[in-house]
Amino acid sequence: MKKDNIQNLGFLVLFLCIVITLFFLGTIIFFVVVRGAKVISLSFLFEAPRRAMTEGGVAPAIIGTFYLTLGAIIFALPLGVACAIYLCEYSPKSFVVNIIRMSINNLAGVPSVVFGLFGLAVFVKFFNFGVSILSGSLTLGILVLPSIISASQEALLAVPRSIREASLSLGASSWQTIKKIVIPTALPGILTGVILSIGRIAGETAPIMFTAATFYIKKYPSSIFSEVMVLPYHIYALMTEGTHPDKQTAIAYGCALILLILVLFVSALAIVIRQRQRSYHHA
Amino acid sequence: MHNGTRIKISNVSFYYGNLKVLSNISMDIYKNQVTAIIGPSGCGKSTFIRLLNRMNDLITKSKLEGSIYLDNKDIYKAKEDVVAIRRLVGMVFQKPNPFPKSIYENVAYGLEVNNIKDKAFIEHRVIESLRKAALWNEVKDRLHDSALKLSGGQQQRLCIARCLAVDPEVILFDEPCASLDPVSTKKIEELILELKSDYTIVIVTHNMQQAARVSDFTAFLYLGELVEFGHTEKIFTVPKNKKTEEYLTGKFG
Ligand SMILES: Nc1ncnc2c1ncn2[C@@H]1O[C@H](COP(=O)(O)OP(=O)(O)O)[C@@H](O)[C@H]1O
Ligand SMILES: [Mg+2]
Repeated sequence: MKKDNIQNLGFLVLFLCIVITLFFLGTIIFFVVVRGAKVISLSFLFEAPRRAMTEGGVAPAIIGTFYLTLGAIIFALPLGVACAIYLCEYSPKSFVVNIIRMSINNLAGVPSVVFGLFGLAVFVKFFNFGVSILSGSLTLGILVLPSIISASQEALLAVPRSIREASLSLGASSWQTIKKIVIPTALPGILTGVILSIGRIAGETAPIMFTAATFYIKKYPSSIFSEVMVLPYHIYALMTEGTHPDKQTAIAYGCALILLILVLFVSALAIVIRQRQRSYHHA
Repeated sequence: MHNGTRIKISNVSFYYGNLKVLSNISMDIYKNQVTAIIGPSGCGKSTFIRLLNRMNDLITKSKLEGSIYLDNKDIYKAKEDVVAIRRLVGMVFQKPNPFPKSIYENVAYGLEVNNIKDKAFIEHRVIESLRKAALWNEVKDRLHDSALKLSGGQQQRLCIARCLAVDPEVILFDEPCASLDPVSTKKIEELILELKSDYTIVIVTHNMQQAARVSDFTAFLYLGELVEFGHTEKIFTVPKNKKTEEYLTGKFG
């Protein structure tokens, strides 16, 4: 009897935690959707802002976010996966490698504004890429590199030793084994890492503030050296600058909703890909 | 009673770090014969059999002393190509370990990594290997299904087919039936007896009846030492060593 009560109490507490979490999540989504939906229309999606951001759409910011996210993934995915492969499959288990591992994990904890400053110093100034899609993408790429590396590492380590041995025993080289067995098997896990990082990149503001974003630009980006508008930074601009706070706040919610949908869409896509892989890999 | 030596093991000792797990083993493995390695678990059977296709190369901080010759060539001489050796000496593992790929891809894999590109040849070889492994009838209608959908026994025969596809000359079995039910075990044993005419076979088992049923020669390992090696019949009826007799009569193990 007593044991049962304790158990029930435990379940209740856990259940309440879920309820609280869901409540906050629900409220956030509810507010963003309700307020954002009011301003969203075709012209909001496909037009540039007008009249000091109080009218028109946010198309340049959507495009900017898309380019930056894409650029960061193009840069960080191969690099991150390659690092993970080296760390898991090739590197000797030495003191130095352990230090490298630890550094990568610590990198994940560095505040994102620090990455912004780094990007400014290195990409914008030192390499002279200027405030541009390139600088912003590289900065965001470095920001997500640790999470891509650790997700990939986990996925690689989860590939059973037994199938690696099977591959080697058939006369495959270790490179063939990695390419044909280990990476394909680890791919669903690696994709999970990418899903999470896409969400993070698309919403980041601090790292691109000094490296890629601009408050307001009329032209659409023409090359990787163009400055861009980006959704999260546009929200920030709408809420801090300008002369019509109420109009601007409404537009900011619209941007937030688009950002939410964008991230959701990408995640859904990646989850579908992952599920397909998985249904094949695990009977 | 045999037609020549295929593998010659000469004064082999093996260490994991400082731990010596095999000491001074010398024996021959004969062509087209089944050689069983028996002994209680932990005595070094897996370590021993994995030396024959250089699978222990993967373990850092291990050390081999002595030599192993395959058809008179020292397989541990620096010049020898590990990949070539593993093609000649195939291996079937204790737990079935199919790749998370289709049945067809599993069998074709060994050919692909050995740079065989001819599709028709690959297909022919896949079918032939599945037939040899007595699996063809069960999978011929679902070659492109995931191999992981097969039962444990089928998976193990798939692993045998995968191994046969690269056309090895020696096949190493490390407790191939350890995780299988009696029916599957019987199938694998029958298969081993059939394969004997084309391949040289080494099988690790800690099931003595199995050794008696399938092997021509038996080696009894105990605590890393080769206690006795000889014709299976002799070992099982008139063991020379007291330890062997005790093990076979179940006094320990
Ligand atoms: N990779 C390894 N590193 C260190 N010790 C090992 C390793 N593999 C096996 N051993 C040890 O070597 C001994 C022999 O193991 P093994 O060859 O697997 O025996 P068996 O196959 O006869 O059960 C055991 O004591 C085992 O703990
Ligand atoms: Mg073993």
